[in-house]
Amino acid sequence: MKVDITDETVVAPVRSRLDFYTAEPLTGDATDQDRATITRRTSVYVYEAPVRLWHWINAASIMVLCITGYLIGSPPPTMEISEATYQFVFGYIRFAHFAAAMIMTVGFFGRIYWAFVGNHHSKQMFMLPFWRRSWWAEVWHEVKWYAFLTDKPKKYVGHNPLAQIAMFIFMTAGMTFMIVTGFALYAEGLGQGSWADVIFGPVLAAVGNSQVLHQLHHLGMWAIVIFMMIHIYAAVREDIMSRQSMVSTMISGTRTFKDDKVD
Amino acid sequence: MSEIETFYDVMRRQGITRRSFMKYCSLTAAALGLGPSFVPKIAHAMETKPRTPVIWVHGLECTCCSESFIRSAHPLAKDVVLSMISLDYDDTLMAAAGHQAEAALEDTIKKYKGNYILAVEGNPPLNEDGMYCIVGGKPFVEQLRHAAKDAKAIISWGACASYGCVQAAKPNPTQATPVHKVITDKPIIKVPGCPPIAEVMTGVITYMLTFDRLPELDRQGRPAMFYSQRIHDKCYRRPHFDAGQFVEEWDDEYAKKGYCLYKMGCKGPTTYNACSTVRWNEGTSFPIQSGHGCIGCSEDGFWDQGSFYNRVTDLTQFGVESNADQVGMAAAGVVGGGIALHTAVTALKSAQKKTQTQVSESEEA
Repeated sequence: MKVDITDETVVAPVRSRLDFYTAEPLTGDATDQDRATITRRTSVYVYEAPVRLWHWINAASIMVLCITGYLIGSPPPTMEISEATYQFVFGYIRFAHFAAAMIMTVGFFGRIYWAFVGNHHSKQMFMLPFWRRSWWAEVWHEVKWYAFLTDKPKKYVGHNPLAQIAMFIFMTAGMTFMIVTGFALYAEGLGQGSWADVIFGPVLAAVGNSQVLHQLHHLGMWAIVIFMMIHIYAAVREDIMSRQSMVSTMISGTRTFKDDKVD
Repeated sequence: MSEIETFYDVMRRQGITRRSFMKYCSLTAAALGLGPSFVPKIAHAMETKPRTPVIWVHGLECTCCSESFIRSAHPLAKDVVLSMISLDYDDTLMAAAGHQAEAALEDTIKKYKGNYILAVEGNPPLNEDGMYCIVGGKPFVEQLRHAAKDAKAIISWGACASYGCVQAAKPNPTQATPVHKVITDKPIIKVPGCPPIAEVMTGVITYMLTFDRLPELDRQGRPAMFYSQRIHDKCYRRPHFDAGQFVEEWDDEYAKKGYCLYKMGCKGPTTYNACSTVRWNEGTSFPIQSGHGCIGCSEDGFWDQGSFYNRVTDLTQFGVESNADQVGMAAAGVVGGGIALHTAVTALKSAQKKTQTQVSESEEA
């Protein structure tokens, strides 16, 4: 549907929500303001500075956590640099794991805080519009786009619906799982009665065996590794194939669109 | 209950001097982590309190708990405890057998209603109405319920009673069930281990006698004084763990040097027990000290954690034996392959699209 851009249409969303783009409103978490913005400009400010900062700190800590976590399960070959008293190789690996975990956890709490005070898009990761029919239609459209069954993707301001599902499962739920199981394991080292034991100790009691808890935490790492692979691939591919910017958006915060067709 | 002798009476009767008795009291105080001021308290309790009647029943088990128990490091403790138990009921240790033994059980239950401690070694199988374990002509689960009804408290000896142990390992054909899942209305102290350490067993009983209450329990119902730390936390090889010095093969140089057994599948970091402090056989040694990793025998479901010699557990859910890393890497490989394929199709598709556009443009021209 062709829409004539006039001053009137720009202010239209304020008056009524749906009259403006009755055909197919711009999807992917777009607000009325976003729709209004792209009638005048080709970019939308999506990711505010704290969100971007969190993204990269989180990415870095997850990298450290995966590498050190793998090494904790399968340690490097024995090193005899000096007497055990003066050597702390495995201790440093574990320290890096714990330190990165602390940074990731604080970051995650900061990110949750930002979902409350930040812009509309900062909330998208934390909930799925599960009961909204139009959202499921977009999910299906996105599945078709990835399955090469449709030629043209939709334009999205925030995450596309598939990305939103992945974010929710692997980041919001997945990181929560890793934080809870991770701190339950950390509590074992701090000992019974420690703050970590008071908060997370019941997790170990519920699982029953620390070895099982270790395996759950270990499998969680692989889930996040797989997410990471898909996430990076999808971001690069979308940057090339889709109708909007991807990678640079997480650097500058602005989503730019490659065409001005309404969709 | 004048006919019940005190512990002290029993000891004296068996020719133990007062001096040895006081030594025993101070050692017990030390074992329980109590200060010297508690020594007279323990002595007083031993001298004045009537011995707590204990009924010791046996379900599906191997009697390793009893074997451990009777080897408690101090002969005095052994004598005390043996006298105590043989007075009441323990079908593997008591002199009586058959109907006489069963009569002794009924007698004790009646006489000390609500005052005796029920010690359970092994667990009841529930499948086929409990027919997999028959004691005195009846399923063990019935004896357990009967004896538990009037007990003051229950001690679950060993991994069997506490968690199920080997007979409850998957697929658990007899449906062997730990005591706390059958008896739900009594205080239960779990003393896991396969078997538990002798001094831990006598320590728990001594504590209950001395203070007339249950020891402080952790979240899983184990006495906190013995099960609040992992083997790993007090392991004398811990410095090698932190240094990253591990035994790589059973017969390598590092094994000889006594490096950490983590890579050999030692379950010390996931096992709560007192082995690395109390040790075994009068404090002589414990598995790690003798060069073998901990197998985690005091943990819930330790038989189902794959090989004793793997650090990362095998996951049999996937049909083949593979661990988290193998499963994870396989999944990552599949996803990576999928990504590569997807990239290729994407490239082909866009190339095709470009060609078509060029063709249609040239046709238009």
